[in-house]
Amino acid sequence: MASSNATLRAFLHGLPGVDRVGADQRAAMLGTRSIKTTAKAKAIDLAVSMVDLTTLEGADTPGKVRALCTKAMHPGAGAPRVAAVCVYPDLVHVAAEALKGSGVKVASVATAFPSGRSSLEVKVADTALAVAAGADEVDMVIDRGAFLAGDYLKVFEEIVAVKAACGAAHLKVILETGELATYDNVRRASWLAMLAGADFIKTSTGKVQPAATLPVTLVMLEAVRDYRDETGIQVGVKPAGGIRTTKDAIKMLVLVNETVGDDWLTPDWFRLGASTLLNDLLMQREKLTTGRYAGPDYFTLD
Amino acid sequence: MFEYAPAPESRDIVDIKPSYGLFVNGEFVDGGGPGLKTVNPATEEPLAEVATATSDDVDRAVQAARKAFGVWSALPGAERAKYLFRIARIIQERARELAVLESLDNGKPIRESRDVDLPLVAAHFFYYAGWADKLRYAGFGDNPRPLGVAGQVIPWNFPLLMLAWKIAPALACGNTVVLKPAETTPLTALAFAEICQQADLPPGVVNIVTGAGDTGAAVVAHPDVDKVAFTGSTEVGRVIARTVAGTNKKLTLELGGKAANIVFEDAPIDQAVEGIVNGIFFNQGHVCCAGSRLLVQESIQEELLDSLRRRMATLRVGDPLDKNTDIGAINSAEQLAKIRDLSAAGESEGAERWSPACELPQRGFWFPPTLFTGVAQSHRIAREEIFGPVLSVLTFRTPAEAVEKANNTPYGLSAGVWTEKGSRILWMADRLRAGVVWANTFNKFDPASPFGGYKESGYGREGGKIGLEAYLDV
Repeated sequence: MASSNATLRAFLHGLPGVDRVGADQRAAMLGTRSIKTTAKAKAIDLAVSMVDLTTLEGADTPGKVRALCTKAMHPGAGAPRVAAVCVYPDLVHVAAEALKGSGVKVASVATAFPSGRSSLEVKVADTALAVAAGADEVDMVIDRGAFLAGDYLKVFEEIVAVKAACGAAHLKVILETGELATYDNVRRASWLAMLAGADFIKTSTGKVQPAATLPVTLVMLEAVRDYRDETGIQVGVKPAGGIRTTKDAIKMLVLVNETVGDDWLTPDWFRLGASTLLNDLLMQREKLTTGRYAGPDYFTLD
Repeated sequence: MFEYAPAPESRDIVDIKPSYGLFVNGEFVDGGGPGLKTVNPATEEPLAEVATATSDDVDRAVQAARKAFGVWSALPGAERAKYLFRIARIIQERARELAVLESLDNGKPIRESRDVDLPLVAAHFFYYAGWADKLRYAGFGDNPRPLGVAGQVIPWNFPLLMLAWKIAPALACGNTVVLKPAETTPLTALAFAEICQQADLPPGVVNIVTGAGDTGAAVVAHPDVDKVAFTGSTEVGRVIARTVAGTNKKLTLELGGKAANIVFEDAPIDQAVEGIVNGIFFNQGHVCCAGSRLLVQESIQEELLDSLRRRMATLRVGDPLDKNTDIGAINSAEQLAKIRDLSAAGESEGAERWSPACELPQRGFWFPPTLFTGVAQSHRIAREEIFGPVLSVLTFRTPAEAVEKANNTPYGLSAGVWTEKGSRILWMADRLRAGVVWANTFNKFDPASPFGGYKESGYGREGGKIGLEAYLDV
């Protein structure tokens, strides 16, 4: 299938289309699910445990990363630890050191994140740097330019090469759905990434709007569901960017629950890429336990 | 693993009185017939006692409407519009209450009454309010006149929405109305009567007479009624047509359906599955335009049915007032018996029956979402309207065969076409003998879009500019 652009194209364009109106409508309907009381408490803890706590700023420092790692391990009274901390490759060693033995994974973006506009050699080297510094997970970006130009083979081969450079590290492939524009492209890119060996497919870098919308996540969930039906291989999904509130996070969980079901409802198969989300989850958690909202100063800014 | 806790909408927001009279000439009055109980179909608990209008009561209502017609039709259109806009706004303000009331009386899930029925009810009044002062631009001449008194009989599947479809255009055109709601779902119509009072609508412009078939027959047969509008079964529609024949009454009928939802091999599969589910399980399948026959191209039958079964297994059947319920209660014991009867016929005629595992409540009227495969055109479940959550699956090989099978029914209310090929959509739409053809969607309604049937699905159109014609002397 991946022997040439023509065969890849024939396959990807043979996938069933996605009707935008229908997909939007389905996602909006699931967004109306009312998750209350015990279900909400469970959903909040589940969401906390799925967070990839992220800082991807030019101004990131070892101090900032260490603070974030501490928060990741001890988010607050009784809350579970988050799934991973996600940083740039040059700060992976700081995170790896801080998180050692905690069970929280170290994730690193790589491959000339966020634009991906560099040579394959640079991308592979970037990946190798992150893995050598102790990254458990690598979040790569696909070459959207190549994808939009129809050069699916190039996108495919890059993913294969980065996957090889990952070694034992898990590979999350960022599609940057905001730049792919159509849901048909999102479905095709999802399949392309999975065929090339992605362990996870991820919506966005967080640097482009729109990012992790509900319908885009829905289309990607349908893709991993269909891929497993076809191949027996399960691939994870990570919406990232724009998920800020508990409500947003719970909508995502409802989407998972009613599209792919229990098998994906664990941090091993579903992640939420976010930074500010965690505090809102903690606030709602506190509200559910005590019946009162605590002020923002009762939650740490890290 | 992720179970949703119960999320019931509060029923405290509605205040149901122990008994209701008829709404005649702007006031609630006693009815001459014996009271009838309306029950909550989800629990079988009685909700209220409602008066039954005798033919004398109907006569008084028609007289009130006749008297009001003079004043109402003489008002400038812009003045009539003010009342309709006011009614629309009150409906929006009281939407939550009306949604709960509708779900209690009808059994439909609160998600549907809240997100579909009520917004459309308000939209209908807003839409026709806008026409009231622009009738001369509607294409029916320079000074189109109203007909007079409209006698309207509506069904139980969308009680308030069908009321809006009937009353909004009638009033906009300057007619007055006597409306009979269905005997199992009178409560929102009576709430609407209160809204008419709240809006200071002149007395007699809207009259609501409750009761069973006899009351409806009296409305239809009344000699001073100028226009009859009916939505309901083809069987009753025939009786009405016979009654009205030979009189000067104008008649519109919106009757049954057995719509084909046609899925081609190049369809957007996930959305098609949603559309199939929405087409037949929306409102428990109590929809005259329900997509009750799935015509699937043979080449993708297995794949599509696997997806459909998987999706059906996630449908949440239960308490209509729970915000997460997808499928509510069947409206009445009588309707449930009919659905059971036709489903049994499907099995005995050799079709294969399947339902997802789902626990149904002990009390109330319930039927699980049901799929019949291996259905042929000759099966009863492919010919007769079931009006329940029962889908019959048939296959086709070519577009021409799809059209042939879709049209091979005494009905012709709606159809759905699922394909990514735009030219095929147009080709199909040209050939399908159905009042509404949806492309890559199903059960979409808008007040600006006309609705109505071919053949035994009735005649006349409701909605849109063309919907004015039924209430104008043209």
